[in-house]
Formats: sequence, structure tokens, C-alpha cells
Amino acid sequence: MEKLFTLLIVTENNIGLLNHVTVVFTRRHMNIRSITASESKIKDIYTYTIVIKNTRELTDIVAKQLEKIIGVFKVFVYEEDEIIYQELALYKLPISAINEGVGIEKIVREHNARILSIEKEYILIEKTGHKKETQALLETLEPFGILQFIRSGRVAMAKPMKPLEEHLAEKENAYEYI
Amino acid sequence: MTTTVKEKKAVKLDNITGSEAVIRSLINENVETIFGYPGGAIMPIYDALYDFDKELKHILTRHEQGAIHAAEAYAKVSGKPGIVFATSGPGATNLITGLANAMVDSTPVICITGQVHSHLLGFDAFQETDVVGISMPVTKWNFQVTKASEIPEVLAKAFYLAKNGRPGPVLIDITKDAQLENFDFLYQKVNKVPTFYPYPKINNDALLKAAELINSAKKPMVLAGQGIKISGAEEELKTFINKTGIPVASTLLGLTSFSSDHPLYFGMLGMHGSYAPNIKSNEADLIIAVGMRFDDRVTGDTSRYIKNAKVIHIDIDASEIDKNIKTDAAVIGDAKKVLEKLIPEVNQKKHEQWVNEFNELKKEEYDKVIKIDILPNTEKFRPAEIIHTISGKCKENAVVVTDVGQHQMMAARYYSLNTKNIFITSGGLGTMGFGLPASFGASMAAPDKQVVLFVGDGGLQMTIQELDTIRRNNSNIKIVLLNNSYLGMVRQWQELFNEKRYSFTDMDNPDFIKIAEAYSIKSSRVTKREELDSAIEQMFADNNPFFLEVVVEREDNVFPMVPGGAAVSDIILAKNDLKK
Ligand SMILES: Cc1ncc(C[n+]2csc(CCOP(=O)(O)OP(=O)(O)O)c2C)c(N)n1
Ligand SMILES: [Mg+2]
Repeated sequence: MEKLFTLLIVTENNIGLLNHVTVVFTRRHMNIRSITASESKIKDIYTYTIVIKNTRELTDIVAKQLEKIIGVFKVFVYEEDEIIYQELALYKLPISAINEGVGIEKIVREHNARILSIEKEYILIEKTGHKKETQALLETLEPFGILQFIRSGRVAMAKPMKPLEEHLAEKENAYEYI
Repeated sequence: MTTTVKEKKAVKLDNITGSEAVIRSLINENVETIFGYPGGAIMPIYDALYDFDKELKHILTRHEQGAIHAAEAYAKVSGKPGIVFATSGPGATNLITGLANAMVDSTPVICITGQVHSHLLGFDAFQETDVVGISMPVTKWNFQVTKASEIPEVLAKAFYLAKNGRPGPVLIDITKDAQLENFDFLYQKVNKVPTFYPYPKINNDALLKAAELINSAKKPMVLAGQGIKISGAEEELKTFINKTGIPVASTLLGLTSFSSDHPLYFGMLGMHGSYAPNIKSNEADLIIAVGMRFDDRVTGDTSRYIKNAKVIHIDIDASEIDKNIKTDAAVIGDAKKVLEKLIPEVNQKKHEQWVNEFNELKKEEYDKVIKIDILPNTEKFRPAEIIHTISGKCKENAVVVTDVGQHQMMAARYYSLNTKNIFITSGGLGTMGFGLPASFGASMAAPDKQVVLFVGDGGLQMTIQELDTIRRNNSNIKIVLLNNSYLGMVRQWQELFNEKRYSFTDMDNPDFIKIAEAYSIKSSRVTKREELDSAIEQMFADNNPFFLEVVVEREDNVFPMVPGGAAVSDIILAKNDLKK
């Protein structure tokens, strides 16, 4: 059965590594639904958050193949209930939207969004949330004439308390090196 | 080997070029032989090499593909990474087949390619190709060096990564400006690379679970793969088998991990493997896979493969576990270390009845296939008899090399290999053209050993230019061409599955003896049985290369065979057994 999986891929900061990571998916004809790369709290260690939809079996195989890449420290595979995650969406509306009486501010408040900036010709709204929520706001704003909309990939955190350093140290200790 | 370079400590040299640094790094890693081909972007490295002809032997092959296949075989024979030099663009792209071959067959090779100046990268400069991008899926690691100062550390890493853990190919691309730049050189060997986890510590619970499964199994069977050879676990495997009394079969690359004359050895697995192990796989109640990866040529249809068995998988590469076949006990680790720990945990046993069943099938295969193959009553030669005959006349530690095709499967089946032999073949990629350059690389690694190559008329012509490399080095290689004037393996499939529609498999070949003569390699063509013995005698008479062309039956087939997509237990012994 196919499910959503969020992979946290802990890597070094190397040129070409992202390419190497994505090839592992494309080789199996797996579609990457979203991808985000960011520095972690440890200097020079990055985390890619990749969302795919597939079976547990194939996802585990892919995770092990990712872990083999030189430059990848560790890969965590999570199902939806094992993580807390967010996405960020930006909405650009014409400035006329402010004057349309319906109360754009009220909508923004109700959706827990915020107005990021008001320019001469347009306003920018920002919302953090799951896709369902950012999508709902998108639909509500539709009548105002949306100029541009963009949504980021997912960033996610696992629920358990263990810090990254501990995970890495454990892995380090599970191997010999000569 | 004329020069032997002793182990060197950390080396420091001020103000040398990146090119010299490359050469000194190689010397520091005890490299003795380089296979390569120069060109514009790697000229500075070749210029530096010019001053080191005492320390390093460079072999100019006739094609970069020849260089890398030679390096692969060199690695398999010497146990050290094979080293390749090539220029940018076409030089580098000519390496790709070899890299893919080395990747899938876990062979340590280090390719150093020249690259255009770093300021030209991405501008489609003359002979610029993104070799790092192209080679990424077929290398264990690759890296582009743009500064001389990166060279020592990157090369030290390359050596460590190529040979440790599951071995594999590495490519280092060095821009011309980095080769020319001066810097202060300091070389230190690497014994750890962040994010690289080569040797898993063995999980004791998994080990004990495996031992328990082994001790309670009634119909166990061992599948021996190349991991045994890579980790040097041949003795441990023998001890394990002698203690447990479990029958063994080998993968193509696992051949020589266990002696073929041991009473518990039942031959090769898979598509053209032996009858007994293929049939018995599907009756076994326990499969113990050691250092192998359940390639589809071994498993046949996986939905009908070893369904009655529990599975123990011993492998150093965690990503192989549960990839093709689900395991009940996975012991992740180096085969030698795992077997060492497993041996004291398993009970002394004999599986007489079970082994007898193997022997019955073995006899059936002998009567119905082997006997007829090696002692044919046909007028024409059959490849099996040639291999069988030559096998009987070779030294017991001969290096046996093959190309890809029917003759390869025949060599795997009919050459009687023991653990002193080295068997070199292209397994996972099935690369035609591998054999001839590989035989040369093997001979460079072990000039004193007898090297015998079995090659087909198709594959020979894919890298035939390396006859010249063999001529110039007067390598002691016995080239045995099994000439059926067909792309035999494909023709066999066309005969069996495409109603003999021989679409583009008829070869219409040149005169190979004239070619051998042009390369000044002594040669002989035999067509009749009475000529064979004296030709073989002539071939082995001295230590020079020899080219023996044996004109064989054109439409011979390799049996047994597991038809594509069939279950291994549906293996057939003859064409008539094919289900219509
Ligand atoms: C580079 C490459 N191209 C094509 C193939 C497909 N192929 C596999 S075996 C074979 C025939 C080999 O013919 P030959 O070298 O004459 O050996 P024979 O089978 O006749 O012994 C072919 C074409 C291959 N394995 N490698
Ligand atoms: Mg042929």
C-alpha cells in the first residue's frame, strides 16, 4: 500500500550531492513530491526533507541506498504521524483587494496568516501550515484576483526527543573503519 | 613487477605542481602500474609522469575502455586498486562502460581524468564534458579538483574509499589549472572518511538467530558469492561447510570461493548454472546467502524463488538486505568476520539424505548434458570440450578470464576451478569486450602466472585493438577464441524463443589468424579434433602470448538453462524440455 513518507536526509555540504540523492529516486521512477534543503544546527551539516508517496518496502530500500552515498550521514524515514511538519505559502494580491470591503484583514486573521507587506500596487500575504490550510486560504483569496502564489516544500521534525548528535554518534559506533 | 615500492610515511614537499602531486600521491599509495591514454587536458600529469619511469610503470593501451578493463582485472588479481589515466571529454566518456562494470562487480578502480581549465567549466570548451555528472551513478565516489591543494587529500580519500567496505570505482577529475598550480605538498593516508561506514560491527542477536536457523534446518543450502573472495573468507567457508555438512553452490562471481572438487559443491547458480542447485533452491528449508546479492540471473522469477525456505543473508552492504529477497536473519558484516563468529555457534552435522538428492541430480546433469558436451560425438568441436581439455592442461593457479556470451557460461561450467584459481569475468554488467583487456590487466598484476582467456568472435572484436598492448608487453596470455561466427548467446535465445529468426547475429568474420599475425602474436587455427592436442601443446610451450582460434560448432547451445522469467526449478536440460 502506498503512503506518504517524509525522509530526513542528513548530509555534508557538498557540490553535486543533491543530484546524487535525487538520482536514487529517479532511477526507480519515484516522484519527489517536495524537497527542501537547509543547514542544520550543526555547522556544515545539512538536512534535505523529501516527501514521496510509495510503499514502506520500497521506501526502506531507497533509504538504505541513500545512506550509501558518500556525503550522506543518515536517513530517517517517517510516516505522517511520526512528525510535525509545516509548509510556507506566499500570496500576492492586487492592492485593490484591500478596498473591496469584504475585509481582507479579517480573512487573514481567521486563517492565522499575516500580511507581510503592502506596496503601492500589491499586498503580500504569508501563511504557514499544512497543505490543506494554505490551500483553503488560496481558495478564499481567489475572488480578489491572485497575482502570484507559491508554496514551499515541507520541513519536518520527528516527535522523539533524541538529538541529531546522538543519532550520528550511535551510527558512528556501529561500524569499524580500517 | 620490476620495482617494488616500500611503504612510505607522510611525505612533505614544498612548491611542487599539482601534477607532480598526483604522481607522488600514487607512489605513496604503493601504486606500481597505471593504465592510461594521454590527451590535452591531462598533459601536465603525463609530463610529470615522464620523470618517474623508475617508480611507476605506465601502460599505454589502445583505447581508454581497454585501460579501465585492464585496471579492473589488475585490481582483482593484485588486491590493490587499479589506476587509470584519461583525458577530458572523449577520453573520460570512454571510461564509462568500465566504471559501470566495476561498480556492479564491486571492483576497486581509481580513474584520474584531466579536465579543462576551471574558468572554462560550463562554457562548452573544447573537450569539456561533465564527467562528474555522467559518472555519478556508476562510481562509488567522484570528485572534481579545481585547486592543487586539494589533490593529496582527495587522492588519499579515493584510495580509502575504493578499497574499503564494499569496493568500487572512484573517479577524480582534475582541471588543467589545478594540475599546473604550485603548492606545498603533504601526503597523509586516510583511514576514515566522514559519512562512509565501511565495516558494520556484527550484531550478535542476528548472528545467534542465524546459528539457530542453521542448527534446526533439515534442507539447508549455501549460496556463495564474490563477497567471500573480497573478504578472503575461502578458508572460513570451507570450515563452515565441513562442519555443517551443507551443500554449496556459487554465483558466477563467487566461483573459486569454494573448490569445485569438494563433495559438497554443486556448481553455479542461476540461468546457466547447474541442475541440482537450481532445483534444490526451491526445495530447501534454509538458504544461507553469503556475500551475494540475489541478482535476477540467480533468482529467476522472484515470486517463485526459494518460497519454502527461511533466508539468512550475510553481506557487508546493508542496502542489499531485503532488496530482492526478504530475509529472516540478516547478518550485516564482512563475510570472513561473520563466518568466523558463526562457525563456533553451529553444530557438526551431516545432511546425508539431502546431499544424496543433490548428487542424483548432479548425475542426471552429467549423463544428459555434461558427458555429451565434453565428450561429443559430433564432427565439429564443441566449446565445452575445448574448455574442459584446456582446464586439464593449465596450472592449478591459472588466472582464467572470459568475455561475455556462450563461451563465458561454458568456461564457468567446464573449467574446473579451485580456490587457487582466479576467475575474472564481467558479471553484473555482462560487458562484451571486457575479456581481452582484462586478460592483459591480470597478466600485468601477475606476470608469473598463467593467464588464459576464453573469448568469442563477437566480444573479441569489441576491444581487439588491445592485442597490440599484449604484443608490446609480450604478456604471457593464452587467448582462446571460440569461434562460432555468431553472436552465440543471442543466437541461442533467437533459436529457443524467436523461432530461429537470426536477426543480426550472423558474424561473417575477418581472418583472425591474419589479425594475430599482424600483431606478431603466434597463432594457430584448429578445426579438427586430431589437431587440438598439438595446438594446445604449442600454445603452452613458452611464455609468449598465443592466439588459438578454435572453430566450433556454429549452433551449439548452453544447457542447462532457466528460461527468462521462469522459476529456477523450471530449469531445462535440453531444447526439447522447453514448454511450448
Ligand atoms: C557491449 C555488449 N553489447 C551487447 C551485448 C549482448 N550480448 C550478450 S552475449 C552476446 C553475444 C556474444 O557473442 P560472442 O562474443 O561471439 O560470444 P558467443 O556467445 O558466441 O560465445 C551479445 C551480443 C553485451 N552483453 N555487451
Ligand atoms: Mg560467437
